[in-house]
Amino acid sequence: MTMAFAQFTPALPEIILAVAAMVLLMFGVFRGDGSTRSVTWMAVLSLVIAWFALMSGDMPDGSGGKIVAFNGLFVNDGFGLFMKTLVLLASSLALIMSLGYMRTENMERFEFPVLIVLATLGMLVMISANDLMSLYLGIELQSLSLYIVAAFKRDSEKATEAGLKYFVLGALSSGMLLYGASMIYGYAGSTNFDDLAKSFHGAEHISVGLIVGMVFLFAGLAFKISAVPFHMWTPDVYEGAPTPVTAFFAVAPKVAALALLARVIMSPFGELIDQWQQIIVVLSMASMVLGAVAAVGQRNIKRLMAYSSIGHVGFALVGLASGTNEGVRGVLIYLIIYLVMNVGTFAVILSMRVKDTMVESIDDLAGLGRNQPLLAMAMAIFMFSLAGIPPMAGFFGKFYVFMAAINSGLYALAIVGVVASVVGAFYYLRIIKIMYFDEPVEAFEKPLRTEMGAIMTVAGLFTLFFFVLPAPFLAAAQSAAQALLP
Amino acid sequence: MIVHALAFYLFAAVVVASAVMVVMARNPVHSVLFLILAFFSAAGLFVLLGAEFLAMLLVVVYVGAVAVLFLFVVMMLDVNFAALREGVLDYLPYGLVVGLVMLVELGMLYGAWVTGPEVAMMATSPMPDIAQVSNTEALGQLLYTKYIYLFQAAGMILLVAMIGAIVLSNRQRDGVRRQVIANQVARTRKDAVEMKKVTPGGGI
Repeated sequence: MTMAFAQFTPALPEIILAVAAMVLLMFGVFRGDGSTRSVTWMAVLSLVIAWFALMSGDMPDGSGGKIVAFNGLFVNDGFGLFMKTLVLLASSLALIMSLGYMRTENMERFEFPVLIVLATLGMLVMISANDLMSLYLGIELQSLSLYIVAAFKRDSEKATEAGLKYFVLGALSSGMLLYGASMIYGYAGSTNFDDLAKSFHGAEHISVGLIVGMVFLFAGLAFKISAVPFHMWTPDVYEGAPTPVTAFFAVAPKVAALALLARVIMSPFGELIDQWQQIIVVLSMASMVLGAVAAVGQRNIKRLMAYSSIGHVGFALVGLASGTNEGVRGVLIYLIIYLVMNVGTFAVILSMRVKDTMVESIDDLAGLGRNQPLLAMAMAIFMFSLAGIPPMAGFFGKFYVFMAAINSGLYALAIVGVVASVVGAFYYLRIIKIMYFDEPVEAFEKPLRTEMGAIMTVAGLFTLFFFVLPAPFLAAAQSAAQALLP
Repeated sequence: MIVHALAFYLFAAVVVASAVMVVMARNPVHSVLFLILAFFSAAGLFVLLGAEFLAMLLVVVYVGAVAVLFLFVVMMLDVNFAALREGVLDYLPYGLVVGLVMLVELGMLYGAWVTGPEVAMMATSPMPDIAQVSNTEALGQLLYTKYIYLFQAAGMILLVAMIGAIVLSNRQRDGVRRQVIANQVARTRKDAVEMKKVTPGGGI
């Protein structure tokens, strides 16, 4: 067995990130915590370089083509390309947003960007997993880095609690996932996705053990995307973790885990749609309903965003539940829009500073409309969009997944989704009401950081004007979905 | 052949006897020493099976690192093992019953084991032919060639664990007196020694 260098090139972005993480770690160790700013920018740079490597690598053409490397452990296709782009974008934005916070909260430590790069590496491994073993290693690499950054504010009791809670529950979910994987291996005789797909193709009967294994595998993955009933950790972790970390949690790991779930249910288990469809439908309904109802009573904006993200995962699962090409396309469009809306919202939350300290209560937003009209307008755009009110981008995200559900006959799911969406609109609109109609309390600090302003502006414009030019995004999502489901 | 059988029974008997002693020994340091003996004999069993790499691994990793670590822990922590072991005799019958039930269940499971028809078709042997390469080489080929991707990913996970342990636990504490050699060297007799006039019977 000889190995040519050409065999490694499909994984070039991953290799670049791994090397970059180690180089940045060494650089940080020698230069001390004073170098956090430069390490952060270099980390962003390495994510960008990884993206260029991703884009310039030889890609399989159009639909269904894929490059399998490392003896079937690794796969690169149009779907992976699309998802990796989103993850790299989300991680870079989260890093840039963390700059100001780290400085003002006295948390400047060079390990933070290094851990974010390592978490991103784990996500890329997850997206490219073509085997249950690489799936698990990717998830662990990602999760371990996330546990650490959740507890990064060591002196805060809440952050430590968040990190510990996340770690204990995450370990439990990994256990379930591994149990499921071992059942699948035991009953199907392989861990490779392609072999599994072959063995299910036209199979007469599917053994019960295999179904049990699949359910456990899905339970582990549902924990990672925080779908109800595996969502319990989300509000506490989102509230306790430092805000830029929450911003990162809300976007990149969700995108990666949803990509992984989509690949697992479509590629090896694609033939077993009768078996998994009901699981995804139940997860989706429960997430949408809980996300809409439980957020109503929240006063802390980070907790509110946690419930909002649970609800949004439910909406994204609507698309997956349909199990069709159209559904996957809907999920991909949903993820682009979700990423932009959330990054924008967290940019506003990170700018909520009164008298040099962060505030997190929703009531602190009172009177923002008079004090800082532009910031309030950006927030209003994101809230309208999260609520799914046309013509904001959020409406189109929901529109495509609901259309996919209706076209594949899942009427009940679509109806529950629309009702949950209306209920959920209440708390998004309440934020707008507090901003514009309540008596002002303390004014936010005036000068916005430049990078925050830029992120907010771009995200706001995208959300507002998505309906003008949706075609390129639709086309990209279409070809990515085609790669997964030819 | 007879030597082989004799060696097997010798090693097996030593493993079982020393394993019992690990649990029964009164002194925890003796327990750890018996544990080392058990590992050594188990390594001997692996050699008899032709798995020389696993045998070496057992000696290097378990005896060389893990057991010695246990020894340090046992010596450094003042744990009253006699108190921990109180009431063993009360629990022994229940333990035996549970153990017996599990053994019977395992036997029944083994008796009823059937392999699905698809499994034989699916199961591919990833291992190189054992007749051609030694098992160290076979393991090396699997780990560093076929599963190199997973091996490297596992390495990255260990790196993350290391960074995490340092980030979350290593901190600059206030009130810690560190040794500063320069200060020690710069100290003069005048700073350190004070002359006192002591009156007889008066004390200082």
